[in-house]
Amino acid sequence: MSLLLFTGLVGIGAFSAGMLGALTGLGGGMVIVPMLTILFHVDLRYAIGASLVSVIATSSGAAAAYVKEGYTNVRVGMLLEVATTLGALGGAYLAGRIGTGAIAVIFAIVLLYSAYRSTKPLAEHVMAQDDDPLSRRLRLASTYPTRKGLQPYGVKAVPAGFSLMLVAGVLSGLLGIGSGALKVLAMDQLMHLPFKVSTTTSNFMIGVTAAASAGIYLSRGYIDPGLALPVMLGVLAGALVGARILAGANTMVLRRIFAAVIIALALEMAYKGIRGGL
Amino acid sequence: MDPASARAPEGRRPPGARARWTDEQVDQLLGNLLRIGVIVATIVAVIGGVLLLAQRGLAPASGHVFTGEPPELRSVGGILRAVAAGHPDAIVQLGLVLLIATPVARVAMSLVAFILQRDRIYIVVTTIVLALLIFSLTGGIPG
Repeated sequence: MSLLLFTGLVGIGAFSAGMLGALTGLGGGMVIVPMLTILFHVDLRYAIGASLVSVIATSSGAAAAYVKEGYTNVRVGMLLEVATTLGALGGAYLAGRIGTGAIAVIFAIVLLYSAYRSTKPLAEHVMAQDDDPLSRRLRLASTYPTRKGLQPYGVKAVPAGFSLMLVAGVLSGLLGIGSGALKVLAMDQLMHLPFKVSTTTSNFMIGVTAAASAGIYLSRGYIDPGLALPVMLGVLAGALVGARILAGANTMVLRRIFAAVIIALALEMAYKGIRGGL
Repeated sequence: MDPASARAPEGRRPPGARARWTDEQVDQLLGNLLRIGVIVATIVAVIGGVLLLAQRGLAPASGHVFTGEPPELRSVGGILRAVAAGHPDAIVQLGLVLLIATPVARVAMSLVAFILQRDRIYIVVTTIVLALLIFSLTGGIPG
């Protein structure tokens, strides 16, 4: 295959992944790595490097729109970034130490978990009061815009959220994904942030987390410009188009389709990881 | 409805600090910074990509064989030298490095904002995050 054809096909694949990722809210990073390794037979390390770059592009691109809407909690984001960047450095370090087969199997487990998670809606628990002493000390409580005007909210379980963020960071650095699903889980299920705040704050953090591991991938020679460019452009364009058509789309049906795709990719990844085909 | 009109900026100022910058102004600035970063990085990478394809578009793609990138594409210094020498893959890599630097610049801007707000706890928190990022980008952990 010539470089021109390869670039075009990877770009189209990345565009589809970015669009589906935006429409389902799961992010394109989840399917980019399996797509590149299984469909295009790209080495797993190059695939992860390219995916990290695309994760940064979509996170920064979307954050530019989100931050302006006033939902993002910069203090919560910055505090938890201490955990995610530490985790990401650890994950990127591990990625160079353990074999690609083991990484593929871990990837498959994370994919299956995300597929399971994506079809189960979570309950929102917003607290109007900020009773948690640690949250008060760190001034994490804030307000977010709703139809009824600005709504105050409190934050709880900061140490538990922080710990889960360490795990999210490790997975991000090891697998080249945003770990958005885990970040949202920590923020709205453990720390009780409103959905809109946890989603946008998580997005805000994803770019910083990915940048922490991308530096290490770059210095190891895992970021290939010829591969990372079409992946990054495709995912970014797909995410922008996906966000435009999001209003009015039936996301539950899309989520189920996406979950099915993810399960198929996960099984293929696990099989290849165990058999040693990556 | 316009969320901007419904905001009460005073409500989110840290108590006791006479902040010259409100959290909202910081948010706006950060949003613009991220957008500009992504646009500039994309333009640089696309220019490199066009040159790369013009030069090697018909050669076979080699992404499936892992050899690791050559040393000049692994560090900021090496990339800049290769850009000066006119290597298209180094121009793409420069665009990618700019993209990686965008969130780092965002953290640096947050640090400036917290300093202006005299928010001690978050000056420390943000400095830790920034230090970890710089540690990574300067090749802090050997392969």
